[in-house]
Amino acid sequence: MILAETKAKELEGWNRQAVIEPKGDGELLEVAMGPHHPSTHGVFRMDVALDGERVIRLKPVFGYLHRNHEKIAEGISYLGSMPYTDRLDYICPITNNWAYALAVEKLTGQEVPERAEYLRVILGELTRYQNHASSIGFLIQEMGASGTPLMYAFREREKILDLFEELTGARMMVNYMRFGGCRVDASPGWLDRTRKVVAGLAAFVDEFERLLAGNEILMARTQGVGVLRPDLAVNAGVTGPMLRASGVNYDIRKVDGYGIYNRFKFRVPLGDHGDVYDRFMIRLLEMRESIGILEQALKEIPVGPVMSPTAKLRGFRPKPGEAYGRIEAPKGELGFYLISDGGPNPYRYRVRPPSLINLTVLEDMCLGHDIADVVLIFGSVDIVLGEVDR
Amino acid sequence: MLGEGILKGLTETAKNFFGSYFSAERLTTVEYPEQRIAPFEATRVFPFLVYDAENRDGGGPEWEAGLRCVACQICEKECPPKCIYIEKSKDKKLDYLGKAQYYPARFDIDISVCMSCQICVEVCPFEAIKMDTKFELSTTDRFGGLLLDREQLAKSNEYYHQIHSAEATAVDAKLAIEKTKFDAKAKVAAATAIAKAAAVAGEGA
Amino acid sequence: MTIENPIFVTSDQIFVLLRHWALSFLPAAWQTIAGVLLSVAAIVCIFPALFALTTVFERKGLGRIQNRLGPNRVGPFGLLQPIADGIKSLTKEDIVPLSADAAVHFLAPVVLVVAVFMGFAVLPMGRNMALVDMDAGLLFYFAMGTSTELAVFMAGWSSRNKYSLLGAMRAVAQMISYEVVLLLSSVTVVMMAGSLSLTKIVEAQNHYSFGFPHWYIFTPWGCAGFVMYAIAATAETNRSPFDLPEGESELVAGYHTEYSGFKFALFFLGEYLAMFSISGLGTTLFLGGWSAPFLFLTWVPSWFWFFSKLMLSIFVFIWLRGTLPRLRQDQLMNFAWKFVLPMCLLNLFVAGIWRFLGDGWLRWMVCSAILIVAYAGMGWGEMRRGKIGPRSYRYAE
Repeated sequence: MILAETKAKELEGWNRQAVIEPKGDGELLEVAMGPHHPSTHGVFRMDVALDGERVIRLKPVFGYLHRNHEKIAEGISYLGSMPYTDRLDYICPITNNWAYALAVEKLTGQEVPERAEYLRVILGELTRYQNHASSIGFLIQEMGASGTPLMYAFREREKILDLFEELTGARMMVNYMRFGGCRVDASPGWLDRTRKVVAGLAAFVDEFERLLAGNEILMARTQGVGVLRPDLAVNAGVTGPMLRASGVNYDIRKVDGYGIYNRFKFRVPLGDHGDVYDRFMIRLLEMRESIGILEQALKEIPVGPVMSPTAKLRGFRPKPGEAYGRIEAPKGELGFYLISDGGPNPYRYRVRPPSLINLTVLEDMCLGHDIADVVLIFGSVDIVLGEVDR
Repeated sequence: MLGEGILKGLTETAKNFFGSYFSAERLTTVEYPEQRIAPFEATRVFPFLVYDAENRDGGGPEWEAGLRCVACQICEKECPPKCIYIEKSKDKKLDYLGKAQYYPARFDIDISVCMSCQICVEVCPFEAIKMDTKFELSTTDRFGGLLLDREQLAKSNEYYHQIHSAEATAVDAKLAIEKTKFDAKAKVAAATAIAKAAAVAGEGA
Repeated sequence: MTIENPIFVTSDQIFVLLRHWALSFLPAAWQTIAGVLLSVAAIVCIFPALFALTTVFERKGLGRIQNRLGPNRVGPFGLLQPIADGIKSLTKEDIVPLSADAAVHFLAPVVLVVAVFMGFAVLPMGRNMALVDMDAGLLFYFAMGTSTELAVFMAGWSSRNKYSLLGAMRAVAQMISYEVVLLLSSVTVVMMAGSLSLTKIVEAQNHYSFGFPHWYIFTPWGCAGFVMYAIAATAETNRSPFDLPEGESELVAGYHTEYSGFKFALFFLGEYLAMFSISGLGTTLFLGGWSAPFLFLTWVPSWFWFFSKLMLSIFVFIWLRGTLPRLRQDQLMNFAWKFVLPMCLLNLFVAGIWRFLGDGWLRWMVCSAILIVAYAGMGWGEMRRGKIGPRSYRYAE
């Protein structure tokens, strides 16, 4: 596809804004940003056509990290896919595990004990916190600021990763959820240490807010940039903080109430403008809500088993059928669609990657903005290439 | 007023700068390799095979005789990236319970493929394979330096106690319970056999 | 210890005395030229050494701000790191693009470094320690400072790379805009001191009342002028938050894309020396140059005060770099022409009022009031115009 020839054509498809017309008659400058680029969050390429500094067309090119995850899953058992789900959105392995476990539990009708549900919520909210902290840190890193907020975010993330390592044995690739509960029980010592860490998390959000939220340079660079209209967001299937920043009240924790989320009191922050600043602030506010959920869960966690006694670890053959398990992952709606044909391996295993689906509106958000803003808008979508390419 | 947010940001960074001289919270660097963080109890890196030093059936080196693995090949089947390769032996040897079991003539793990998921440990019914914590394993031999064979993988139960003491103690307790159950059953079986033999002999006499 | 005390005079004038002693070995005909060469050699040795030290301090300072250690393996506390960096940049292959204009490509970093070094000639680094005591020293300084922009453009043009050229044009546009601000904020100082000579400007500030010095920064117009000078200095030397031309995460990698090895190190050197030079000028104009902050501290040698204030400014540059994200190019230019420049012109007006209201508290009140109201008003207008400002968020249950 030659970018320059689409100067004035009307594009078919859903709800697209009109293509921005370049001023004057000259050629458009075509640039490929990436895959080797310090701010593309991984291997990702954007073919951009510029008129001076303004973006006229933008085509995202991905697939550089495709690892055949869905095909591999058809060849190994359900249990064997679990460590591969860790590596999808590699910053949030817990939520990937959870979504997959949920899908298989729906497929087999498996029950999950109380304590396991509480542990899932605790780990899931810790994951959400560290994901949002890193995401904001990376966004500011791309704006300059020589990485200072990123280092602060990673300092907090280290504490959470230490908790994960103590419980599951690995900092990131945790492989923790099982079909019917969690793999390992948490000791009372771990729960105490988690309470101590959670007590310090709010101070960090305050520090972050003080450092950044009122910063005039930040506001000047992010407000009004990369606006996503709510109707476009809904039609494109955008989910997660991006959708809520555009003002649409849709949080799967409230809508589905999966697990035991309907027992916790938490609010869903909504933005009004849908620009980069809103997405950044929504993530900050969601971090605060996560702390609230964590405190409630740590107080109410009961004793009991963490694996359902009827759960089978290996060699189980679910009855033929299909199931779609979805959760509110930190990046959006992460869903696993499984079709079983009665064998030990799934017949079809499909991941609904929130990063990829959120990326489809990248061009609409970037049109008309300067090239320097493209990097910011891209950072505010908060993608992980492991999930985009699987 | 314009500039207020910037000034607030500057005070935050100044606090961090001066704080880094006084509090450990504000200076998180661990100067590896002179300083190291102690590994957690549950830390897992690559698998290893456990052998019991006191379990000897026949000759051969200690690690080979005491290997708990019975070559059931469940871990090979369940391993997601298929990094384990096992060849069963032709003969059998006695395990810690006294039962005759096969043993692995060949047990290779390619640790350049292994993804430390620890499913092999979970599914092993014989407590024979566990996770090690050593990670400084780089080698210049790229044609086999990372393919560990039986001998390189076999480590003693004492070593297992050193790296995962709580887990190893629990495993030892479980194996001891199984042994007492097995011994009790064997005693009962032996007693009934003797009784039956006595009854048969009594009848015969 | 009074000013006439011989110990004080020796320690204060030690470099001048050393120079005299070294020159006394030469016949009289040679002494002027040899004197100049000696001073030039001193500057050429001291400031690059300071540059080397500053690179370490920058990395360690940024590290401490970010809760980590900076480099600490090479030498004690990492102080020998610049030697390692220097060896690295010297041993790299010097790649010149085939289609590049080789002569201009070679000369660009040289012109940059030479122009920056010339600026040091007029800075009074201590009592009687300006290399050349020109009557129009400030004018000479600005003339040399503007030549650095020529070097930037030479670099971008000679690389025959459209991205380098774009980067160079953006850098030059930024530097020219802020040059105007730099000049205008210095004009107030010239108005007050009545002379373009930098030594006279320092001497005009070297008075004390109630133990406090008469530095220009302690006046309303001087404070505003200093802030604007600082903003312009950050933009002139392409430092954060105005370092878009050399930002790594941008499309255009900057005017020094096609440079490698030692030439790149020369650009780096030029940038840091420009930072020293501009901080030195700012110290001279607003912070009292080599004069001590309190009357009872005048026994400390004057060159110590000058270099301390210089290093303090450098630390502020590093602090800014570690905290602030960068501004986009058009925002940068808008900021210069639509906000800082009007404030500069207002500052000139306020400085005039200060002069003509005469001594007393009235001029303090009037000048401060005008500046604060104008700043708040214009700041509010800027935020309103760009529709930016803090927001509050609603929640759904």
